[in-house]
Amino acid sequence: MKPFTYTRAASVEEAVRSASSVQGARFIAGGTNLLDLMKLQIETPAHLIDINHLGLDRIETTAGGGLRIGALVRNTELAADRTVRRDYAVLSRALVAGASGQLRNKATTAGNLLQRTRCPYFYDTRMPCNKRRPGSGCAAIKGMSRSLAVIGTSDACIAQHPSDMAVAMRLLDASVDIIGADGARRSVPIADFHLLPGDTPHIENALKPGELITSVTLPKPIGGTHVYRKVRDRASYAFALVSVAAVFDRDGQGRFAFGGLAPKPWRVAAADAAARSGAPAVAEAALDGARPTPLNAFKQQLTARTLASVFRQREARA
Amino acid sequence: MVAVELNVNGREAHLQLDPRTTLLDTLREHLHLTGTKKGCDHGQCGACTVIVEGRRINSCLTLAVMHQGDKVTTIEGLGTPERLHPMQRAFVTHDGYQCGYCTPGQICSAVAVLEEIEAGIPSHATDDLEKVAFSDAEVRERMSGNICRCAAYPNIIAAIRDVAGEDKA
Ligand SMILES: Cc1cc2nc3c(=O)[nH]c(=O)nc-3n(C[C@H](O)[C@H](O)[C@H](O)COP(=O)(O)OP(=O)(O)OC[C@H]3O[C@@H](n4cnc5c(N)ncnc54)[C@H](O)[C@@H]3O)c2cc1C
Ligand code: SF4
Ligand code: FES
Ligand code: FES
Repeated sequence: MKPFTYTRAASVEEAVRSASSVQGARFIAGGTNLLDLMKLQIETPAHLIDINHLGLDRIETTAGGGLRIGALVRNTELAADRTVRRDYAVLSRALVAGASGQLRNKATTAGNLLQRTRCPYFYDTRMPCNKRRPGSGCAAIKGMSRSLAVIGTSDACIAQHPSDMAVAMRLLDASVDIIGADGARRSVPIADFHLLPGDTPHIENALKPGELITSVTLPKPIGGTHVYRKVRDRASYAFALVSVAAVFDRDGQGRFAFGGLAPKPWRVAAADAAARSGAPAVAEAALDGARPTPLNAFKQQLTARTLASVFRQREARA
Repeated sequence: MVAVELNVNGREAHLQLDPRTTLLDTLREHLHLTGTKKGCDHGQCGACTVIVEGRRINSCLTLAVMHQGDKVTTIEGLGTPERLHPMQRAFVTHDGYQCGYCTPGQICSAVAVLEEIEAGIPSHATDDLEKVAFSDAEVRERMSGNICRCAAYPNIIAAIRDVAGEDKA
């Protein structure tokens, strides 16, 4: 790791103030992604602001009947929360499908949303990578692209977003609550939070420099049957090749969000609209416009098959 | 250098550390508690698992400075060769290892896994999110963050089942 200075922020105001006034400052939450990348010198912050002690670790119901999840709530706590298990089961299921028990004990809500891609060339500092070093090229497009995205990609980058949690949050129409250095607060729908790579794959989300996520808010529960199905190279402790989050209501309407396929949690209205037509139709709608590589084209069929499994699970639970 | 205070296995430790020092390196290099192992140093193997404030974590992916004042339990704190922790004894009884490199992490993790099941925390193997109960499938899933290159997995499960009091064979 490159040397850095460290402070433990005592308040949200202090955290955002120092983030905008200290050169090269970064927030550290669980540290499970940031420290991993700092060890490889892919991330080289000059200053770390520890945000673990700001009281952002609560889960509260909102006036509108929704749920406000503090940015520092651990993935374990969120998955185990009574309300989440009962009313937002797809979120519990997505969380426990991710990482390991040890990692979930540390990983936080905001850190999970902001975790960076698992593209093997992003991790290999000897290789060109537009995300790591803008303008250097993309080693993945003609390289080992098996795990990478098939849709929403660009000629500059085909990296996938690795989060499971974010897929369920996208399905549930969450919004990301943010505070800036000047204390101004705003809320960004999760659909607009993660950005597609375009020509600027190094810009991954709607956060402006120094902005802090304070919470993620879920709208009021939508009921229905909740399913999260993740397909990966081993049965546990591996990132998704394809994952599907789904909620079905009684009359067969459904909504779907996908992980492992795109640079952001993937959701398209046409796929939701195809719910009554069954798994192949949903898969086709979700992947309309896909541009896979020869090595990851299998994800298209895998998506249809994963959806078939999701539809079966729904029948079993309904 | 920054001053860091930890409570490790019931003892206060006062340290002066480079902020870059992980909790794992602090335990091994500064406190000479070499029971906790470094496998991958990237959260991928579980060899470095310790219990901090009652929860198992990967000590390689956290900084000691982030744990100011925290209580840390390592394999040395669970039990001693003279007074083994029940989980340590069960690993011996059931031959839950071969080379032993992953074992301290396995045991710390296993102790925490039984507490997590007891506390009703769901896992990927939990069928009904409201009903969390011990089963071999639960243990396998919950222990997936601890890799064993010697593949002692069946005996590790047997040891944990034994301590959980589920060994009805
Ligand atoms: C071996 C391994 C396997 C894994 N498998 C999976 C998996 O299968 N599925 C999955 O979804 N994830 C997986 N993960 C990733 C894991 O979920 C993330 O590392 C974790 O969620 C990151 O959270 P954190 O709190 O530790 O983030 P940190 O590492 O602390 O932070 C990540 C980034 O977010 C920024 N940040 C954090 N909090 C805030 C905030 N409040 N406001 C603004 N910026 C903030 C930090 O500055 C940093 O840039 C795995 C990780 C490892 C190491
Ligand atoms: S796919 Fe994106 S992250 Fe991977 S090498 Fe190309 S530019 Fe880098
Ligand atoms: S050394 Fe920490 S997980 Fe491998
Ligand atoms: S006993 Fe050798 S790695 Fe597990």
